[in-house]
Amino acid sequence: MLRKRIVPAIDVLNDQAVKYVQFRNPTIIGDPAQLGKKYTEDGADELIYLDTTASLKNQDLKIEWIRKVAEEVYIPFSVIGGVRTIDDFKRLLRAGADKVGVNSAAVERPELLREAAEIYGKQCVVLGLDAMPIYNEEKEIIRWEVYTHSGHEKTGMDVIEWAEQATELGAGEIICTSIHKDGMKNGYDVELIKLLSEKVNVPIIASGGAGKLEHIEEVFIDGKADAALVASMIHYGDYTISEIKSYLHGKDINVRI
Amino acid sequence: MIGIIDYGAGNLHSVLKAIARLGYETKLITKATDHDESIQKLILPGVGNAKVAMDVLNESGLSDYLKEQVVNGMPLLGICLGMQLLLETSEEGNVACLGFLKGTVPLFKEMSEKIPHMGWNQVNNVQNHFLLNEIPDNSDFYFVHSYFAKPSEVNDVLGTTNYFNDFASIIGNEQVMGVQFHPEKSGKYGIQLLHNYCK
Repeated sequence: MLRKRIVPAIDVLNDQAVKYVQFRNPTIIGDPAQLGKKYTEDGADELIYLDTTASLKNQDLKIEWIRKVAEEVYIPFSVIGGVRTIDDFKRLLRAGADKVGVNSAAVERPELLREAAEIYGKQCVVLGLDAMPIYNEEKEIIRWEVYTHSGHEKTGMDVIEWAEQATELGAGEIICTSIHKDGMKNGYDVELIKLLSEKVNVPIIASGGAGKLEHIEEVFIDGKADAALVASMIHYGDYTISEIKSYLHGKDINVRI
Repeated sequence: MIGIIDYGAGNLHSVLKAIARLGYETKLITKATDHDESIQKLILPGVGNAKVAMDVLNESGLSDYLKEQVVNGMPLLGICLGMQLLLETSEEGNVACLGFLKGTVPLFKEMSEKIPHMGWNQVNNVQNHFLLNEIPDNSDFYFVHSYFAKPSEVNDVLGTTNYFNDFASIIGNEQVMGVQFHPEKSGKYGIQLLHNYCK
């Protein structure tokens, strides 16, 4: 049976691995390739690199660190951040990335998803989706809105509608980050992940909010996520990936041990 | 020397790096004249669309090259799409493939599960084959595909994986073989499999 995936996310700024809290205040945590190798040896199923240099500063993508990752890591890895054109897809895939994520550029020009899927196949087109809940006067969530530019800009678009449109165009996987949960360590937005998992027919990677082992269990069981992204939990040594997996295995969740 | 067929496949460099790291020499083969006597084994990588891939192989003359080499006894390993191309036809673009193994390549049709089949899954019922030396039954490998191999000869099934139903995830004989998953992305057992093939 297909396993549930544990996916460490590594933020990259100026070729260094860093950690942000709510997309702000970076601290250096190591070298992208060495960190990826360490997590792979500890049982990571896949890695996601978020190139924040390119996405925050509007710079051209740097690819040298991606080549190094490809040399050190023998599991699949995605690169997200600052991807705008088909040429960016080509450069990242050639450098060794298995999948390329797009976020703001897909919102600005959704056809990019279709073009990329036609050339490279859906399996390597990942939609990065940053979401924020919208509340009514009773403080209940009525829907979720799509944000771009690393969580800095609102789009007015509905998360579910956008996810449906993007998967029809060519996104083969969605990484859904709940901005209000990111780095807070108080659990994923399970309600949103569940809704997305039910509405679209591509794998969903839940992102933002993992702090405890129970949070991952919850997003797999109640949220029906295909994969759980982990960052703060492992970067600061609170947990190892093998600890996370043995906990989940003990809860009868189908993970690769 | 391991010859790697270069027809623009997406995973070419990952395969190349993994094999080079194991200590084997590699040579890219983009046309028949790239062949030399030092080449002892061939690998056909692949990610993408079967029709597009076969068009490139046919137009570049690499199809004829592969057919000639296989007739002469050259070992060949197909990876992912490269494995599917070893069969007779693929439903992806309804294209005639290389036909080294008997069978077809249908699409996963049931919509109750997500397509593509993407992630780690187990290879079960592994047969006694040198490709699988030191790889335990039910080991996990990384898959990404929407079509799957359906060999018509039972003996050509060397391992199966369950998604909707059981499908053949390792196929072949002593000379021509293929794996649906990506050994170059499947951690230590994937690397072991490449090592088993190359040595």
